[in-house]
Amino acid sequence: MTVAAYYAGLWRLLQVWMPQLLVAAGGTLRMTALAFIVAATVGLGLALARLSRYAALSRFAVFYIEIVRGTPALTQLFLIYFGLTAVGLTLQAFQAAVVGLGLNGAAYLAEVYRAGIQAIHRGQREAAQAIGMTHGLVMRFIILPQAVRIILPPMANYTISLLKDTSVASLISAPELMLRARDLSSEYFRPMNLYVIAGLMYLAMAYPLSRAVRAMEARLSQGR
Amino acid sequence: MTGDSWGRALAQLPYLVHVLLLGAAMTVQVTAGGFVVAIVLGLVFAVLKTAPARILRVFATAYAEIFRGVPVLTQLFLIYFGLANIGIKLEPVPAAIVGFGINGGAYLTEVFRAGIEAIHGGQLEGASAIGMTRATAMWYVVLPQAVRVVLPPLGNFAIGLLKDTSIASAVAAPELSFRARTLVDQTFLSTQIYLMVAVLYLAMSLPLSRVVRALEARMGRGHVA
Amino acid sequence: MPDVPPRMNEPSATLKASLPDPLAPPNGRVLVRVVDLHKRFGDLEVLKGINLEVAVGEKLTIIGPSGSGKTTLLRCINHLEKPSAGHVYIDGELVGERTIGERYVEMKDREIARVRAKVGMVFQRFNLFPHLTALENIMIGPMRVSKLPRAEAEVIAAELLRKVGLLHKRDAYPERLSGGQQQRVAIARALAMRPKLMLFDEATSALDPELIGEVLNVMRQLAAEGMTMIVVTHEMQFADDVSDRVIFMDNGQIVEQGSPREIFRSPTHPRTRAFLWAVLERQAFQ
Repeated sequence: MTVAAYYAGLWRLLQVWMPQLLVAAGGTLRMTALAFIVAATVGLGLALARLSRYAALSRFAVFYIEIVRGTPALTQLFLIYFGLTAVGLTLQAFQAAVVGLGLNGAAYLAEVYRAGIQAIHRGQREAAQAIGMTHGLVMRFIILPQAVRIILPPMANYTISLLKDTSVASLISAPELMLRARDLSSEYFRPMNLYVIAGLMYLAMAYPLSRAVRAMEARLSQGR
Repeated sequence: MTGDSWGRALAQLPYLVHVLLLGAAMTVQVTAGGFVVAIVLGLVFAVLKTAPARILRVFATAYAEIFRGVPVLTQLFLIYFGLANIGIKLEPVPAAIVGFGINGGAYLTEVFRAGIEAIHGGQLEGASAIGMTRATAMWYVVLPQAVRVVLPPLGNFAIGLLKDTSIASAVAAPELSFRARTLVDQTFLSTQIYLMVAVLYLAMSLPLSRVVRALEARMGRGHVA
Repeated sequence: MPDVPPRMNEPSATLKASLPDPLAPPNGRVLVRVVDLHKRFGDLEVLKGINLEVAVGEKLTIIGPSGSGKTTLLRCINHLEKPSAGHVYIDGELVGERTIGERYVEMKDREIARVRAKVGMVFQRFNLFPHLTALENIMIGPMRVSKLPRAEAEVIAAELLRKVGLLHKRDAYPERLSGGQQQRVAIARALAMRPKLMLFDEATSALDPELIGEVLNVMRQLAAEGMTMIVVTHEMQFADDVSDRVIFMDNGQIVEQGSPREIFRSPTHPRTRAFLWAVLERQAFQ
């Protein structure tokens, strides 16, 4: 086959593939966004539990974090998708992926939050207590506003990782980009083309986020 | 129904554990292989990234950005299925090791680069002031300190890699997750088997975590200038 | 003077007889009462039975070597440290604990916070909130703790800022202020809560020498206005000028106390004399 003929053929295939891949990429983005929300909120609760004065809460949080961070996300997805049916809970693949990736991310973000909160100098907390603030007020107006600044870059980097991790959900047949690429690949026998395209699409999706992270890091290092 | 499945699981326990342990052994092998390849590539590209020639720096940056920005699964599929399609057939395990190695190398490029640059230029000046050649200074002054900076991230990378090898199940590498999938297909004991899988991964990763935490604690003392 | 040197940890009988009764304040109503206060950090006992009363409007200075427990005593008064034994009363109310019948029970966070609002503390390292401007640092207490409306809090804050001479810096963030300026803002922040009592924990020790004066001036002004102040400091001149009473602490105990003239010009206890000799010798060269 001549080079020209090859590329002409490829162009025709692209016109068939791209609409499907783009729809699937939408699924990837949606999964990322939803899982992020789960991870960010559950993670905050976990971090506060970890830092709590109640030993039971703190121990539970440590236990959860150790277990979730010590096992692969894939295993967690399998447990949630296949395993939960044993206790009568059947989730769709997409939902299982959101829950699984979200709970996985929560354990990671909990540690990020904790590091951020503990990075705030103890003197700040004491000064706030000295003017009569309760623990709640100290957190809300003094610690968290400052911690947010420290936490944002790792959280943004986490989001980029999460985007890539959604590819694992293809292994429980959740509708996202890799699943579609794999299906097309077995249909058209063009794994090289399709996975290169998929790879480029992931790079494209992550690019705006990477730019944002770099801008954020630049802004946070200067100024206040 | 559920009671029945737990009973069956208990009855087949020795067989299940045996198969899963075989898988765990393979997991360790893939992790070790990938780790070595990643370190080698990471070192090479870290050096390239700090090279005086701009083309080398650009090349290294491109490598790092591309292979860090694409999911590992995609890279594994490219290496296993993609290369096979153009005539280069790799077995699942070598394919996995190469895949994790290239991906890991991209990640470690940054880690090693940070390690090299963490040592102030002042150190090299101090070394040459007492008469050391650049090579001697590198070996006795820069490298020991760089190693200490680099060890904790390297440890964390190893733990991440251990977990990521589960993805190799998608290219039929007979590691723990793949063995588990096969067993579940055979026995339908998904909950029980995946719980055992989780325990096995924990058994492998928790000791590693402890070591890394100890390393991180020790890095606090004797700081890098 | 006694012929036999007193044991290291205890003033002699003659000395004790010459000291004013620690439980009787020099004048006026008692604002702060410390009863048999002990504080232990692990194996180390930092406060070994402190008894103290401070009257309304009194300026009390605490001097002593580092490790003597001066800062710990201050921090026990506003319950930033929890005493191992003993009690603190402010204006008749127990601090950090409640009594249920015969028993003492630790106060909840909210109750302790309420007590702390009435006591102002100024820290050695200022501890201003870096994410807030000078004005906002002062406003946040009245707004979020006293729940005053923003406009009112702003008026109070501006007035206090003017009083410490920094109104022109109202929109500056702490990192742009000098140490002396930060500390003055910190004092204003404490005053914004209308405290009955101000605690100063080595307020000038972290400052460059040329900046110490501006902070001491604010403290002098505060003293002249009648604020009850407990000041831990190494600034002997200031202590001499401003205090009604000076306490020398060493090794977790009150070794000697008296008026500034008594302590600085004719200290009786050998350890007081040794300490003052060392400190004043150093200060003579500055």
